[in-house]
Order: sequence, then structure tokens, then C-alpha cells
Amino acid sequence: MAGFVLRRCLVAVLVLLAVSMLSFGLLKLSGDLATAMAGEQAGADYVAFLRKEYGLDRPLPVQYLHWLGRTLTGDLGTSFYYATPVTDLVAERLPITMTLGLSALLFAVTLSVPLGVLAALHPDGWIDRVVLGIALLGQATPTFWLCFLMILLFGINLRWLPISGTASAAHYVMPTVALGYYAAPAFTRIVRAGMIEALASDYVRTARAKGLRPHAVVLQHALRNALVPVVSVAAVQLGFMLGGSVVIETIFALHGVGYLAWQSISQNDYPVVQAIVLTIACFYVVLTLAADLLNAAIDPRIRLS
Amino acid sequence: MLAVVAGLLALPAAPSLAGKADDTLNVGFRLQLQGLDAYYAPGREGLLLSFWAYDALVYRDPKTLEFKPLLSTGWRQVDDRTLEFDIREGVKFHDGTVLTADDVTYTINFAVRPESKVFNQFFIAWIEGAKTVAANKVQITAKAVAPMALQYLTGLPIYPAKYYQQVGKEGMAAKPVGTGPYIARALPNNSFEFKRNPDYFADSPKGKPPIGRMVYKTIPDVSTQVAELLTGGLDWAYHVPNDQAEQLKTNPRLKVVNEESYRVAYLTLDAAGKSNPSTPMRDVRVRRAISHAIDREAIAKNLVGGASRVIHSACYPKQFGCIDDVMRFAYDPAKAKALLAEAGYADGFAVEIYGYRSRQIAEAIIGNLRAVGIRGNLNWLQYPAVVEKRRSNQAPMIVDDWGSASFNDVAAIVPVFFNGGIDDYSMDAEVTKLVDTGGTSLDPKLRAEVYAKALQRIAEQAFWVPLHTMPINYVFSADLDMAVPSDEIPEFFRARWK
Repeated sequence: MAGFVLRRCLVAVLVLLAVSMLSFGLLKLSGDLATAMAGEQAGADYVAFLRKEYGLDRPLPVQYLHWLGRTLTGDLGTSFYYATPVTDLVAERLPITMTLGLSALLFAVTLSVPLGVLAALHPDGWIDRVVLGIALLGQATPTFWLCFLMILLFGINLRWLPISGTASAAHYVMPTVALGYYAAPAFTRIVRAGMIEALASDYVRTARAKGLRPHAVVLQHALRNALVPVVSVAAVQLGFMLGGSVVIETIFALHGVGYLAWQSISQNDYPVVQAIVLTIACFYVVLTLAADLLNAAIDPRIRLS
Repeated sequence: MLAVVAGLLALPAAPSLAGKADDTLNVGFRLQLQGLDAYYAPGREGLLLSFWAYDALVYRDPKTLEFKPLLSTGWRQVDDRTLEFDIREGVKFHDGTVLTADDVTYTINFAVRPESKVFNQFFIAWIEGAKTVAANKVQITAKAVAPMALQYLTGLPIYPAKYYQQVGKEGMAAKPVGTGPYIARALPNNSFEFKRNPDYFADSPKGKPPIGRMVYKTIPDVSTQVAELLTGGLDWAYHVPNDQAEQLKTNPRLKVVNEESYRVAYLTLDAAGKSNPSTPMRDVRVRRAISHAIDREAIAKNLVGGASRVIHSACYPKQFGCIDDVMRFAYDPAKAKALLAEAGYADGFAVEIYGYRSRQIAEAIIGNLRAVGIRGNLNWLQYPAVVEKRRSNQAPMIVDDWGSASFNDVAAIVPVFFNGGIDDYSMDAEVTKLVDTGGTSLDPKLRAEVYAKALQRIAEQAFWVPLHTMPINYVFSADLDMAVPSDEIPEFFRARWK
């Protein structure tokens, strides 16, 4: 087990390095930071001054290595636009993104597990069709469109929910549903497929033959096995939700990490972008690792191999 | 889907909850205010902050566009490069300390030092330094004769020297202390509170704010802003796109006003051959052909809309020194083709076009050019990337625009692009000489004269294709009594509830 964890950690470090190099390169392609910082009216002299001041005139690999060196000592640098260190900026916004990500994941799982089970119990029946229809709709609906529909209905016409901001728990309802609904179809399909397979398996037949109550068969025997892939998908989905909530954070004016990322990219504020990319990559790596370990705990076969 | 949205938008909305009832003006902005230290808050938002929470030495009356004393009581030109200001007595900072001449001197000198790296260099680059010459007198010296000195000074807020030295920019961003009509404070979620300054000095031309509290909300998505306007979560927003503004006009709770700003759009042409020495655009006939090829009336009317109008000169019509009496190029594709043929380009030519703001307009221009045989290839980039292309001599044609920082003087636009420097794609010795004369004289008559000549030559040589003005939609609560600014600087401290 220790060797397994060690190997995974090594791969994780390589992944982080590759990701940081890639994002650094892409950001540099998108335009000149010094020009962006200097503002519309600034003359060329000042842009040149800024470029020198921030070391932007040095070759790209040198800039990257400089950044990497500092990062390894735990210093992620200072944002070019805010007067605050990058770590503070990200830490300040992380709770909002975490709250949104976790509540959306919870919503997605709560919605999709019962739906998946229900569909699997009546494969190809009308319930199954309805469930798959809901899943298909979730996957096909553009997130921003769903957001605006909800804003129109619950925000403007019914006035049930606040539209933008993070002032109360109610503010998180629409963003959670929007983000969660997008992730739910993947879960529903996996639970459905897993359940159909499990229900057709020998051990379920045995359990039924032993005269166990249908509930116990479905929930204790079949579902437990069908949930194994859900755990790994959930880990990846959470990573996606933490990093991919840019659109939703922007629409609902939740000033989380996603919005910060969007803003920093458009301003070429690369210390911030790099820090966010690294944070989210770290999340992915940790979550994937956690999923593997969890799976090993649920399914002994994984442990043995 | 649009029909559904339109239908829902037209529904009458219930009365607002916030706003007038609790004397809080909720204003929505797409970009966030990056901290409350005005010298480190970039862009338009930072400039607005400097008007709300701080005061400068000079104030520009938004109606008459005259300069009025604000933290000064008067000024005089000591010599060509030096202005002397009498500092107003008895003005208090938000922390209770009294404004002194040394605060003014300190702030100006702090901003001027390159190591301070303050954001809006445009407002500062002209200053050599400031010094206190008497208990209440400060002299500000320019590096060269500076006809726009007072304009620049309207955007330089004065800080309390001792406090700022103590707390630095981090401290100022956390707890800003100015003399302005509002006292600012950061709220969660990138919102900012501006509370009325109860001790604001009575003689201020800005006046004491009638509304007690203003909240700056950062809402990046314009549709969300519109939803908040409809439900009373916002009382004011600007830069609302035309289609949404049209829908909001039907709502009796809201007022929609379309008003020009100082921003004008234009097409730059590489007359100097910077991007390629053999570019056809070095020939004046080709540049005139391009000017004739573009249907600016249609673009202004159908694509920009509202109060937009066609401009013929390389400036915003209201600016000091801007003249409209220049050579004009009517939309005439046949003439454009004839001119191209005369210049030896009967089959047209290919050109790279850069753009960053309105793709629709850029594509309309490309369509117009194609009709006369000029094959434009559109490169769509972020603004800084376009500037980089321009400065590295790689941009033969840019669909560009310029806001002049809302300065009411052609010196904020013409010399920027026609000074013979890195941003100049005409490199015309005659225009540069005229612009230099205008920039080094304090005589308004002489300046108006030389700028008029420069603008005439720019038009006649077709160095630019001036396109149109760029008005803005302001949407605000019908409960609000507030003038819509003509310079894109909303003065919430003048707003009142009806």
C-alpha cells in the first residue's frame, strides 16, 4: 500500500509540473502583461519600465524557473493587480467555491442515486425512460441557459430566491442546482448501469433465493457494488466543480476561485492564474488518490491487485 | 429562447425592496474595484473611486466642463511649467486630521516616483515634482509645458501623508482615508460600501451627498445585472447592451438613457508602411478608397445604435480643439474602386485587420472592404495583445477606439497617435510638428489653431478612418433623481431619491 501511495504521489508531482508549465506558456501567448497593467492610456516608456520591473523582459524559461523556485519555497508571489499575496487571494475565495462545489456534489448524488436505482429496477420501462430523459436533458442543457431560466422564474417572477451574491444560504440555491444538475447525469447513468449489472449477478440471485427482503437485496447487496465507480466519478466531478464553476460563479456573481481565475486570465495576472491552476490540479490529484483509496476500502479486489 | 426572455422581461415587476426604503443606492459594475487605494485601483473603476472617496486639487464641473477649485481655493501659473495652488483650509480627512500643504506635496511626489508603480501613469507622467512653498501653498512643476495640467490634476486624489506612510498601500486598501464625499469600506463578495461623510466640507463643488449610503456591487454578467435591476437588487447600472436596454424601456420602474461618452471608434491605417514597407496603404489614394468603402452611417445607426453618430475627424466632437470641418468621405464603393484602380490595385489586396471590442462592427467593415476588393483577414485578440502588435509594427489595420480618459481636450487623443512615436502609424512630419506646437503652448488660441490644422491634414491624408461615437446605456431606478453623465463619470454624490 505504501509503495502504491508513493508512486501515486510521484506521478502527482509530475502532473503538477506539466500543468504549471502548460498554463504558464498559454498565458504568455495571450498577450503582454506589462501592456495590460499599464492601462489604456499609458505610453510605451512606462510599459517598458513595468516589463523590466517585473522581469517580463527575460526569456520565458528564466521567468518560469524563477516562478518555480519561489513556489518551491512556498511563496506563490503577489498579484500584479491586487496589493495582496496570491495565497491570501485564493484562500479568501476558496470557501465560496468549496461551499458551492460540495453542495452541488451533494445535490447531484442525492438526485442521481435514487433515480439511477429506480431506473435499474425497471430497465426499459417508462420510469427508466423518464430518468434517462432527465439525465439527457441535464447533459444537453447549456449551464448558462439553465441559470438564466432559473433567474427568470425564481428570481424575477416568483421572487423566491436572491439572484446574485453570497449573503445567505439562499444565495447558493440556484448556483448549486445549476452546477449539480450538470454533474448529475454522469452519476445517474453509472448507478443505473452498475445496478442493472449487480441485480443480474449471481450473488443477488443467491440473496433473493435466501429469502432476503427486496429492500435489503437492492440497498445492501446490489447498491454497495454499484457505488464503487460512483466514488471515483464523484472525486473527478468535485475537481471539475471546483475548477469548472467559472460560468456559474460569473453569472451569479459569486466571487469564488472560478471568478478570480476568469478575471486573472483576462488580465494576464499570471501569479494568480498559476496559483489557481496549481490549487485545482492539487485538488484533482488528491481527490483521485482519495477515490482510489476509498475504492480499495469498498472493494477488496482492488486492494489485492 | 429570446422570445421567452423578452416575454418574461415585459411582465410588470413588483415594487423594489431595497434602495429608496433604506436610503441605500445599490450600483452595479461589471468589473470589480481592485482595492480602495485609488492609486492602485486600475481602470475606470479606480478613477471613479478617486472621485467618490477622495478629492483632488481641482474638479471639473460636469455641466460647464470648467475647472473649479476643490482641495485648493485657487491657482496661478508661476512660469511656463509651474502651477501654484492655494490649499483649502479646514478640510478634514476621514480620520479627523486636517489637510495640509504637505499632504498635497507628499501625495504628488509619491505618485510621481516610478518605484511607486501607481497604476494610472497617464495622469502622472507629465509631473516633475511638487513642493510646499508656504504654509498653504504648493507648487507643481511639469517636465515640459503642460496645457492639460488641470485636467490631469482632477484625477489625482490627495492622501493624508502621515497615515499613508504608516499603513502603506495595503493599509490604505483595507481602511482608506481621504477627504471625499463618501467614506469607503470593503464588504464581503467584492462589494464596497460608501457611507456619506458627515464632515464633508461645505464649500465643495461636489456638494454633500443627499443619499446616505451607496453599495458598489460587482456583477460580471450583464444579464444578471438586468435581473437585479428588475427586482430592485440594483438601482443603477451602465454599459447595458442595446437589446437588453430596449426591453427594459418597457418597465415603468426603470429609466433607460443612452448618452455619448468621450469614446470614439476609428480604423487605423498603416500609412507609414511600418508593418510592411510595400503596403498599398502608403498611397493616399488607397487610404481614401478605404474611407469611401466603409458605410459608417449604417454602422453607427444599425450596429452601434442609440445616440451614436458618425465622426469625420480624429477626435470626440465636444473636445477642445476638435473640428468637424475637415475633408469628408461619403460612402461610395464605386469611387473607392476607381481610386484603387487609379493607384494600381484594381484587383484589390489582402490585409491583416486587428480588433478587440465589437466583432460585429469589425465584420461589417470587412464586408464593406471586400465589396471593393480589399480582402481583410480578421485577427481577434485581447486589447493588450493588440497594443503589443501595434507597438511591434505588426498591425497594418486596427478597428480601434479611444476614450481620452474623458478629457475634454484633443490633446488626450491626437498627440497619442500622431506624435511620431511608437503608436504613430502615419509618421507624418507635418502633423507631428503641429501636434508638438499644440503640446508645448499654454495659449488656447494657438493650440486650437494648430490642432485644427493637424486634424485637417489627418483627414485629408486619410491617416485614420474616423468611424463613430460610442454611447452608453444607463439604466436606473425611476425613484432616482440623477443626471446621466456626459463623460462616463457617474456622480452618485449628487443623486437623490424622488
